[in-house]
Amino acid sequence: MFDNLSSRFESILKKVRGKGRLTEADVDEVLGEIRAALLDADVNVGVVRNVVARIREAAVGAELSQALDPGQQIVKIVSQELTAMLGGETLKISYASKPPTVVLMAGLQGSGKTTSAAKLARWFKSQGRHPLLVGADLQRPAAVEQLRTLGKQIDVPVFSEPGDPVTTATRGLAEARRIGKDVLIVDTAGRLSIDADLMDEIRRISDAVTPNYTFLVIDAMTGQDAVNTAEAFHNTLAIDGVILSKLDGDARGGAALSVKEVIGRPIAFAATGEKLDAFEQFHPDRMAGRILGMGDMLTLIEQAESVFEKEEAEKTAAKLFEGEFTLDDFLDQLQQVKKMGSMSNIMGMIPGMPKAAKGAEIDDSMITVTEAIIRSMTLEERRRPEIINGSRRNRIAKGSGTTVPDINKLVKQFTEMQKMMKRMGGMAALSGGKANKKGKPGKVNPLKMAKAMREMGLSDLAGPGGGMKGFPPPGNNPSGIPSEGFPDFRDFR
Amino acid sequence: MNSAPMILLVLVGIVLLFGIGVVVFNRRKSALPESIEESAPVLVPKVVEAPAASPASVAVVSEVAVEAEEPEPTPGAVRRFARAAGIFNGSFAVLRGKDKITSETWEELEETLLRADVGLTTTTALLESLKSRVGRKDISTPQELLDALQGAMAGQLSSNSRELQFDSSVKMPNIWLFVGVNGVGKTTTIGKVAFAQKALGRSVLLAAGDTFRAAAGEQLETWAQRAEVPIVRGNEGGDPSAVIFDAVQSAAANNRELVLGDTAGRLQNKSNLMEELKKVRRVAEKEAGTVTEVLLVIDATTGQNGLSQAEQFALATNVTGVVLTKLDGSAKGGIVFAIETQLGIPVKLVGLGETIGDLVPFDPEEYVRELFAEA
Ligand SMILES: Nc1nc2c(ncn2[C@@H]2O[C@H](COP(=O)(O)OP(=O)(O)OP(=O)(O)O)[C@@H](O)[C@H]2O)c(=O)[nH]1
Ligand SMILES: [Mg+2]
Repeated sequence: MFDNLSSRFESILKKVRGKGRLTEADVDEVLGEIRAALLDADVNVGVVRNVVARIREAAVGAELSQALDPGQQIVKIVSQELTAMLGGETLKISYASKPPTVVLMAGLQGSGKTTSAAKLARWFKSQGRHPLLVGADLQRPAAVEQLRTLGKQIDVPVFSEPGDPVTTATRGLAEARRIGKDVLIVDTAGRLSIDADLMDEIRRISDAVTPNYTFLVIDAMTGQDAVNTAEAFHNTLAIDGVILSKLDGDARGGAALSVKEVIGRPIAFAATGEKLDAFEQFHPDRMAGRILGMGDMLTLIEQAESVFEKEEAEKTAAKLFEGEFTLDDFLDQLQQVKKMGSMSNIMGMIPGMPKAAKGAEIDDSMITVTEAIIRSMTLEERRRPEIINGSRRNRIAKGSGTTVPDINKLVKQFTEMQKMMKRMGGMAALSGGKANKKGKPGKVNPLKMAKAMREMGLSDLAGPGGGMKGFPPPGNNPSGIPSEGFPDFRDFR
Repeated sequence: MNSAPMILLVLVGIVLLFGIGVVVFNRRKSALPESIEESAPVLVPKVVEAPAASPASVAVVSEVAVEAEEPEPTPGAVRRFARAAGIFNGSFAVLRGKDKITSETWEELEETLLRADVGLTTTTALLESLKSRVGRKDISTPQELLDALQGAMAGQLSSNSRELQFDSSVKMPNIWLFVGVNGVGKTTTIGKVAFAQKALGRSVLLAAGDTFRAAAGEQLETWAQRAEVPIVRGNEGGDPSAVIFDAVQSAAANNRELVLGDTAGRLQNKSNLMEELKKVRRVAEKEAGTVTEVLLVIDATTGQNGLSQAEQFALATNVTGVVLTKLDGSAKGGIVFAIETQLGIPVKLVGLGETIGDLVPFDPEEYVRELFAEA
């Protein structure tokens, strides 16, 4: 998400980074390109005008700073502007003292309200709440049916009855009270902001259920009209936050950046996939870093922390660095990694990940295939893949529905990874950490590890001649992954 | 599966290391790295050629006649299109307030076009050509400039045939597939097209090829009832190409002339889903039937991403036309200029509402006139 915008910014800012002096022509050129990048990303025209003016002003004053060179100054200013544009703080959800906490979903047709309602219900559940969904979209054929199906998938009850949406919403609220649900999420029909009748209808729904939160669902692919829509809905309903849908596409999402600037309400949640767990709270400050290509470390760290058990992770680390990591361990870890979300999502959050790797075809079905292969191996084979001979290979291929070359590749790559990890354990130990005899990794830190990986260019992983599908041609870098694409963590603490 | 395990291993390795690093070792949060690494080369998407010329003997369907025979028709769809003021409405005062063309005039024009999602590239191209005409003293007043711009924009839209292709000489039935990203209006458009084609005397059958989204089949079923045409459905979660295939077989067996195939919404950067769509198109014609239209549905609120949608869907399925939906809203769908000029894909239909009669053929002259309409 926002990837295209971030790669644009990276290449623009590269030009000024490290420059001791910026001429007026330099500033003009950079600003022109920033403007184009923002417009191509669908940032609202008026917002672009303001932002570019502010950056210009700040850039002109930049010479005064002693600490940073002008290039760094511009980077900093752009980053500040983006953060401001996105909104500073994460919207914190608080709960009504007298339940239920009522959430109203609003938006244009096809923006993703129904799916988002279900995702939100799932999110509330994960926060220990007990939501009830109300299907008040009585307009679109089978909309209630859709909500019911989704409700079943996440085990959340759905209330709806034919007739009038205002009545349904009111009855839904009564139902939540009756059955003791503490969160009520009301899905509504999509409507155009210029449709006076339907805007009046949603105002009446809102009056009837007096929501604690009214969320406007906006499609990440929306263009300049997003701010008009947001303004119109905001005038009618007083929006509390935006849910940004379909962020897993290649849209640059600039319209969303503009909404905060125009209605003064933050993006509260972002939806990043069709699956119901592809939904997260939106952290504006982190997103700015992500747009500038600095990755989204904080989210990644949080997700990692929620998934990996400290003790387990210690053991795994020890195994990894001792070269005792088996395919069976790998299978285990794969389950953990899967919990962190989709591969491409995770990749997007790793700072400095090569752009092409981000865009690579990281299909989560690859995980399934890999799992199938490993599962078709005996325990002994998983521990000592070197015993896998021709007949075993055939058996595994058959068992997993793959081919013998697939098995070969997996085993080979795994062995390479094993070697590299071991070497890295050694390197990290050398560079300060003490890996003690028992394999406890001691004071190795992730920054050093990452650095070590970068220095090695991950070359062992790509293997000899191993150009990777979807990765850029190796060029003069034998690894296939450009080493400068991997982050320098020295400043990260 | 090619190099899948390789990539996966690298990724899992990285993620694993990272996760372990984070959890086991000193937890450090706060500042992000100051330095931004150089970006790796990005794979540039191939430019798509204009769709192949239409088959030799195409029976011409000049109009999607929308006579409102619907139970509750919306009053004159075409007029609804005209209801909202044009994009230049707010700019006219600024533009006409001057008797000379100034830099402010150009800025105003540029912003107006950008606000309509025409996009920077197309806007710049349009304005550059006008600037040289102003330089040659071809144009001298703001009003002349507006007229010239209107002409230039209409000129960008005129090249391709916008007729829906129905050919009774090919292997029957004709198959029209509807593709596009999530929520743009594919299913609704199929309902409308079914109704209009039936009104032209064609025997139509719907194929519920969206087996993925919850209740997508029910939704299309409702439209089948409204348009009074038969429908073939499959199981939720089943293979979409199998559903389309079955529908085509059923149409062939029952002498139905036209199959309208719904497909699940998909984002164009999901390669596995785009592959699935290729397969749907391939399998559709495997025995009976010929695909004569692949209609890409684009929502008028779409911004610059619309071009990427058109590019990718065209690559996957050889799109023959665009349906621009939701033009009854405040968005103007300016991305179609880029789609038409850069990809050569013609807009064929326009959606103007949620009822069965809210569909009209795309008329470029009228569309551009509406953009310039005064309230
Ligand atoms: N105002 C307006 N709404 C439309 C138009 N076309 C479709 N819609 C609405 O847009 C919403 C989405 O339409 P669908 O037909 O379900 O879209 P889809 O592309 O099939 O969606 P998925 O199958 O979920 O990807 C529905 O609420 C439709 O009523 C139009 O021309 N104008
Ligand atoms: Mg649909």
